[in-house]
Amino acid sequence: MSRLLKFNIFRYNPEDDQSTPHMQEFVLEETDSMTLFIALNRIREEQDPALQFDFCCRAGICGSCGMVINGRPGLACHTKTRDLPGEITLLPLPVFKLVGDLSVDTGTWFRDMYTATESWIHTTKEFDPDALEERMDNKDAVAIYELERCVECGCCISACGTARLREDFMGAAALNRVARFLIDPRDQRTENDYYEIIGNDMGIFGCMGLLACEDVCPKHLPLQNQLGFLRRKMGITSLKRIFRK
Amino acid sequence: MQTIYTDFLVVGAGLAGERAAVEAADAGFSAICLSLVPARRSHSSAAQGGMQASLGNSVMGEGDCPDVHFADTVKGSDWGCDQEVARMFADTAPIEMRRLAHWGVPWNRVVPGKSIYYKGGKQFEKVEAKEKEGLIMARSFGGTAKWRTCYTSDGTGHAVMCTMDNRCAQVGVEVHDKTEAISLIQDGDTCYGVVARCLRTGELRVYLSKATMIAAGGFGRIYPNTTNAVICDGGAHTMCVDTGVVPMGNMEAVQFHPTGIVPTDILVTEGCRGDGGTLLDVDEKRFMDIYEPEKAELASRDVVSRWMTHHMREGHGVKSPYGEHLWLDIRHLGEEHITGKLREVYEICTYFLGVDPIHQLIPVRPTQHYSMGGVRTNRDGAAYGLKGLFAAGEAACWDMHGFNRLGGNSLAETVVAGGIIGRKIAEYLQGSETEFKTGLINDEVKKQQSRINALINGTNGSENIYKVRAAMQDALHKGANIFRNQDGLETCVASLQEALVRSKKVGLRSNGKGVNPELAAALKLEGQVKMALMVAYGALMRTESRGSHNREDFTARNDRDWLNRTLAYWKKADDTLPTLDYEPATEVVEIPPGDRGYGKSEIISADDKKE
Repeated sequence: MSRLLKFNIFRYNPEDDQSTPHMQEFVLEETDSMTLFIALNRIREEQDPALQFDFCCRAGICGSCGMVINGRPGLACHTKTRDLPGEITLLPLPVFKLVGDLSVDTGTWFRDMYTATESWIHTTKEFDPDALEERMDNKDAVAIYELERCVECGCCISACGTARLREDFMGAAALNRVARFLIDPRDQRTENDYYEIIGNDMGIFGCMGLLACEDVCPKHLPLQNQLGFLRRKMGITSLKRIFRK
Repeated sequence: MQTIYTDFLVVGAGLAGERAAVEAADAGFSAICLSLVPARRSHSSAAQGGMQASLGNSVMGEGDCPDVHFADTVKGSDWGCDQEVARMFADTAPIEMRRLAHWGVPWNRVVPGKSIYYKGGKQFEKVEAKEKEGLIMARSFGGTAKWRTCYTSDGTGHAVMCTMDNRCAQVGVEVHDKTEAISLIQDGDTCYGVVARCLRTGELRVYLSKATMIAAGGFGRIYPNTTNAVICDGGAHTMCVDTGVVPMGNMEAVQFHPTGIVPTDILVTEGCRGDGGTLLDVDEKRFMDIYEPEKAELASRDVVSRWMTHHMREGHGVKSPYGEHLWLDIRHLGEEHITGKLREVYEICTYFLGVDPIHQLIPVRPTQHYSMGGVRTNRDGAAYGLKGLFAAGEAACWDMHGFNRLGGNSLAETVVAGGIIGRKIAEYLQGSETEFKTGLINDEVKKQQSRINALINGTNGSENIYKVRAAMQDALHKGANIFRNQDGLETCVASLQEALVRSKKVGLRSNGKGVNPELAAALKLEGQVKMALMVAYGALMRTESRGSHNREDFTARNDRDWLNRTLAYWKKADDTLPTLDYEPATEVVEIPPGDRGYGKSEIISADDKKE
């Protein structure tokens, strides 16, 4: 006989007048290789068809299923029940607006972030369809990809002390995004340009250095190094700006 | 009720949809993409392998050109494709890859000098040319004559998706995420946009547009076991089926992959078998060497999937709470190989299964992977049947894949087709004026609202959505899978017809308020069953084997009678079967039908046709 798992799941449907925030208990028999993806779908199909949660790729690539699992933000698709105790508490990610139950709106947050960081290559060069591609060092390409692996799950933002205190803090995902363009030789922005975006308390100087972001990142991005890298760069830029005045 | 107007509306915000939207925006038009999820979560981002384009930069790609790429694509399609489209695709792919590089994709680049590569488990050496340093590199893929697959480490789809979404932000393409289109606004002649449901509040919203595009990916979720993301449920296709005038092309052409892991159907790469992994049955005995003495596990995708299914049918499958499966054994390859060269496989097994492939067997089964069929369009991406409606990417049957698509050609298709069709749409927008009839719009909204009310109130019955959906999936799994024959398909069609009756009697168990997931599933169920019937009935009627469509009772590829494309319509809402029609596979013939060069080669020639 396998374990009977007890799930305590946060429930609240903001679109239903009758609904109030509360925890609800579900019991499910554990099966081999059970992940939270399987468990939550079974609960929805067999016990409560209204239960809201987000999954998309269910393979750790898309970042949809970030939630707080027994107190820690993580991806539910690659969380196996056998690595958890028999009692599992699931809560929606904080910081992001609640859609309902375990589902939050990360889309709006990240779209605002693209706008704020101007998350695209800034160049005056025009694309010429008849020309050979512009050459690039493979090392640069690999380094850019290492930072672009972010799946925007929002776990780092939810685990961030500053983001929990201040709504306007950009957070590790946004700073990592800036670092991605800063090292891209195709982007013609200067350090001064980047300073305008992140050289303040909403950006790199707001980071308290608690580094929970890196601890919870399901893609194991080197967030700590990026924050250090940007802080040094922007610190130096800041000094240069003072002395230039 | 909120009404939003835009010149160009895309249902879907994956690579094909966003690429087309960028093209329209560059031409000065407003464009909105609707998406179930934030754009970067689109299933495009899950593609790891790469994109085919004949740049010929790698030493192993020397001499490659669009002609060779074109020939590979036509052969791969088993001559089921539109050769004019395959030609456009092969010619345009190199330009699109370079454009992506300009926009920011960190393609892996050529590193000059010596390096090692593996083929069939053996080690070889190659030397990349100094003069190609820094150009876009390519890797090897099955079914291609040259190394042609452009890639970004093991996350090509993700990297290209990030760049494309950045480009959208830059040129002002709006993405309305958590928004689900539920019906087309159309008068049987022209499409004017969609009625959509907001997945933040549950409210209905109207989107009006001069041009509307379906770019919502595949519909693998009508099968029980699929590698597709949970959003690939065919919801957008069902809107087209509902019109009665827009046909689906080649719905019977469904590709299966031999090694989806059980239970979650995530793929483990063919490389496992390429490097010497073996397939075992319930007694932990090898079986592929019995069926295919020469190639064994290394036979083509279709062949391996077929024998696996056959072996399970013979009673040699492993029973599990998730259904029957077989084992993939890579233990003998050793820790160094598994954690090195097969690292991704190692991670999938440990992360998602809790299986250590160094010491344990991996549970696998053949799994639905790709839909060659979809909304039938002409070469410009315009859907048959409705003016102002377009389709691109996996959602469309454009049709460059015919009956089997090659690895790396699907991801490339998204941006190449998106670009080509996007430009055609910009031309269309330039020259078109539209009048929106408020009566038509109001009627469609009322119709959708009453559908929702009926589901919530249980007016039509109290069938359980998840049980009916499971019945549909089970019927397809049993009858319209890798192996197909008359008996199985007839039973499948009959089961699906029962499911269709039940799908019309679904009632919600929950209250349907807000972003109710049960309601979202219920709204598309009837359409999904109709699509399943298009797959099964199309397969029943096609009495030949071509590409991924394998008939046990008609094993030859029959060019004499079947060198054509199936068009499936659902003409009247009360019909119990789709109406099938056929058109020639291709008008332009650059390469006349011949042997694919792999798999079975029994062919009934078109020359045998009696005059």
